[in-house]
Amino acid sequence: MARSPTPSSGHLLVVDDNKVNRLLLGRNLEQQGHSVAFAENGQQALDRLRAESFDLVLLDILMPELDGYQVLERLTKDPELRDIPVIMTSSMDEMDSVVKCIEMGAEDYLSKPPNPVLLKARIGASLEKKWLRDQQRELIRKFATAEVAEELLTTGFELGGKYVDATVMFSDIRSFTSIAEAQSPADTIELLNDYYTLMFEAIGGHGGVVNQMVGDGLMAVFGAPVPSADHAERAVLSALEMLEMVGMFNAEQSARQKVQIQIGVGIASGRVIAGFTGTQNRATYTCVGDTVNLAARLEAQTKLAGHPILIDENTQAGLNGKIRSDELEPVQLRGKSQVVRIFAVPPGQ
Amino acid sequence: MQPGLIDQAALDSLLATTDREFVGELIDAYLEDSPGLIAAMLRALAEANATEFTRAAHSLKSSSASLGAVSLSDLAKELEHLGKDSKLTGAASKLEQLAGLFEQVKTTLEEFKRGS
Repeated sequence: MARSPTPSSGHLLVVDDNKVNRLLLGRNLEQQGHSVAFAENGQQALDRLRAESFDLVLLDILMPELDGYQVLERLTKDPELRDIPVIMTSSMDEMDSVVKCIEMGAEDYLSKPPNPVLLKARIGASLEKKWLRDQQRELIRKFATAEVAEELLTTGFELGGKYVDATVMFSDIRSFTSIAEAQSPADTIELLNDYYTLMFEAIGGHGGVVNQMVGDGLMAVFGAPVPSADHAERAVLSALEMLEMVGMFNAEQSARQKVQIQIGVGIASGRVIAGFTGTQNRATYTCVGDTVNLAARLEAQTKLAGHPILIDENTQAGLNGKIRSDELEPVQLRGKSQVVRIFAVPPGQ
Repeated sequence: MQPGLIDQAALDSLLATTDREFVGELIDAYLEDSPGLIAAMLRALAEANATEFTRAAHSLKSSSASLGAVSLSDLAKELEHLGKDSKLTGAASKLEQLAGLFEQVKTTLEEFKRGS
């Protein structure tokens, strides 16, 4: 069912009981490079929408069988169809009805007869939004576990950034560069793939979302995009599991006389700015802010501190004493004017 | 072409953005469907079905406007509003007027199609 149109053209459904309107709209849209199908009333429209995949619907309001409102209502309730953008087509004197439709979830409106320039602009904007949403869906599926992805897809997620309270984790492999230099490129890539598989399992299993992978390092977020009250605890549990998995992985590697790895994990909690960012060609779920920087600094600090898991004060408070952590000497971290309280979480708990 | 019946500018702009063949197709569709809409309005009036009356008037209003049949579109709009307000009692004479106007629009559009 999934289509990935380029934002400039799509497969469109024109719903109108009046043939003149259908012909005219259809012609305009075809001239703009879209492929167009038609329905003469609301029921036909729903039947077609369930039978094939469309990128956008142009919907008339007053129609026999099912009218525009009823179609809109059914579309927004249908998980399969609710993400298809709907543009209402109406005459100039129907503004009240248009407002009602937009409140019901329609994306935009166009007056009839269509002005080709306006038509092009509105359709283009809607298709681009839809395309971006489709990209996000795909990304969500890659970054998150099936459960998280499903939850996001059912609850819906918003474009645009917002402040969220979350826990951010950075993790990387110690001395990876020298490991990579000491073995064949094929072994290095295999090692990274094994490592990522294990880390994704540990992170996803606790509701985290991996949103960045750079070389041997990764960044994960807990508590966003799906909110959870216990994100600090989830992140630390996941870090403990990551270390446990690395331990098991090393035992296997040692048995096969292959290189062993050590990881460092830094975790910080607090307010982050989170959202989907993207251009036409690439989109990703991003978190930025002080909390993110702190987590990255803590991860770097693990090398000096000699502890594989370091967490900040907020994360420690979020554990509510359920997981043991030992306070270390406060440290001066790069980019911070004041010393920061840090806690080590001993592995093997 | 009878003045006021069809807004020449609307037809010209249609011709400019499409072509003569398509405008011909559009006119055919309009002449095919509109009598049905007028009949539906008559029927709805007889049955005092304001919803159906409003819908048919609305449809005729919008396709008439697309082809530049401005006065017909305006009259259909008036009827649509009567239907919306459930004031069908005063609609009969206006509907008769609309049916007459449609015949004139039809003649004009047919002439246009023949290229006169």
